[in-house]
Amino acid sequence: MTYPIIKIEGVRHAYQTPAGPLPVLDGLELTVDEGGFVAVVGPSGCGKSTLTRLVAGLMKPDAGTVMLHGETVTGPRATVGMAFQNPVLLEWRTILENIMLPLEIVATKMSKSEQKERANYLLELVGLEGFGDKRPSELSGGMRQRASLCRSLVHKPEVLILDEPFGALDAFTREDLWQTMHKVKAEEPFTGVLITHDLRESIFLADQVVVLSQRPARTQYVLDVPDTGPRDLDHLYTSEASEMLAILRHQIEVAQGRAAA
Amino acid sequence: MAYVPDIKPRSTGGSITKFLTSRAVLAPIIAMVVFVLFWEFLVWVNDWPDYVMASPSDLPAAFSKYWGLFVTFGWQTLWRTVVGLVLAVIVGLLLGMVMGFSRLMRDALYPLLVGFNAIPKATVVPIVALLFVGAHDFNTVLIAFMISFFPIAVSVSIGLSTLEPEYRDILRALGASQATIFWKIALPKTLPEFFGALKVAVTLAFIGTNLMEIVSPHGRGLGALFDSGKTNSDYPLMFAVLIALAILGIVLYYVVVALEKIFAGWADRQPG
Repeated sequence: MTYPIIKIEGVRHAYQTPAGPLPVLDGLELTVDEGGFVAVVGPSGCGKSTLTRLVAGLMKPDAGTVMLHGETVTGPRATVGMAFQNPVLLEWRTILENIMLPLEIVATKMSKSEQKERANYLLELVGLEGFGDKRPSELSGGMRQRASLCRSLVHKPEVLILDEPFGALDAFTREDLWQTMHKVKAEEPFTGVLITHDLRESIFLADQVVVLSQRPARTQYVLDVPDTGPRDLDHLYTSEASEMLAILRHQIEVAQGRAAA
Repeated sequence: MAYVPDIKPRSTGGSITKFLTSRAVLAPIIAMVVFVLFWEFLVWVNDWPDYVMASPSDLPAAFSKYWGLFVTFGWQTLWRTVVGLVLAVIVGLLLGMVMGFSRLMRDALYPLLVGFNAIPKATVVPIVALLFVGAHDFNTVLIAFMISFFPIAVSVSIGLSTLEPEYRDILRALGASQATIFWKIALPKTLPEFFGALKVAVTLAFIGTNLMEIVSPHGRGLGALFDSGKTNSDYPLMFAVLIALAILGIVLYYVVVALEKIFAGWADRQPG
């Protein structure tokens, strides 16, 4: 029995600008079941980041509902973890102290040594063992993103929101991190939403891909990825993967208004 | 509390003699010696009398003659400057926070602050001296404060208002309070800008103190000593005061640099 953890229904939202309201979301539907991992793709500027802020409770929609665990989201909650394209590590803290930051907010009863143990366990999981005492400036872009991922997971969030976390990395580093993501998901189960521009990334990591339309965004197309769970990079070169990519590519062109549905 | 990182020395080992013969110490000392020699030479070659320009060789006599006064007055100048600066840090931080977090307050207060800062403080000195006549310490501290809080307020407000939203979001998404976000993220992130402004403010506060000490009748501090040198046509004393002021200024500046190393040393990246 699957149980929806994230449920977004009929969400509409507009930003107030000096030139009048700018609608960004109009009729957004999204459901993520427990343990599910949904990738959201769409043309740039279509409101994908707005979606993450709604799920995180950082803002409220003009209309429609955003529900986590069957409860309407009214504000931030400690059961959410976030990672962005910019790893936003605090330069004055070591990597380990950066990862422990959420625990200082939501797990104040946890002892320092338990916090350290938890952070070190995650560092090892993402392949950064031994880097806990380094400063962020001493790490490469891919390593910083791994550390950022650890921070988003350290408080065992039920919901993980990834807003283009691999977008600024080079292709090989990105593929390494995809594989790390599978390892992480196996060891530290979460329900996740991944915002991305990379169609290969979406079918490699997620078990469902949602295509949003041009702004104001609505849910345009939903693709179920048949193979879930850890997979190999070779998987991306199968005919099955090519077919999925072709479908998604076509849907993006439809969203951009460059092809007919 | 703000987060204070552990300080680890960059290079280990090295005795005191090694430090004293290092480039960082020798280079400025050599530069100073060259400067003093050039000054002495300039006075000698032009055959300037004392009342045009005292030469460095006149100074030791002036210092030893008034050594007691230099110590007491130097201390007065020092503590007034430091108290004025501490007030400037407190008020500058508060103003910077108000302007950094509220767009409305920034729009409202900026022109007022810029206008206030544009007024030459030398013109304010006689007004303050008359307003609180006789209150030497208070007046001096007030001027030191007034002249130095502006750069601190501006840098803190800019540091806070340019904080990338993601930095706020990583804590806000967990339900952290504004105060927590300020202590854990906004304040430490603003520290490099704050110390940059403090380096400017420390010299300004020092100038403010001396302005008041020179103008104020029966004043105290090195400014008053300078003024008495002027009254008594003791030109070597006047130049000796200038040198003492320069030395105090250097000491104050490097105290700020040391504090910066402790609290914002993480922002200092070694090239390469």
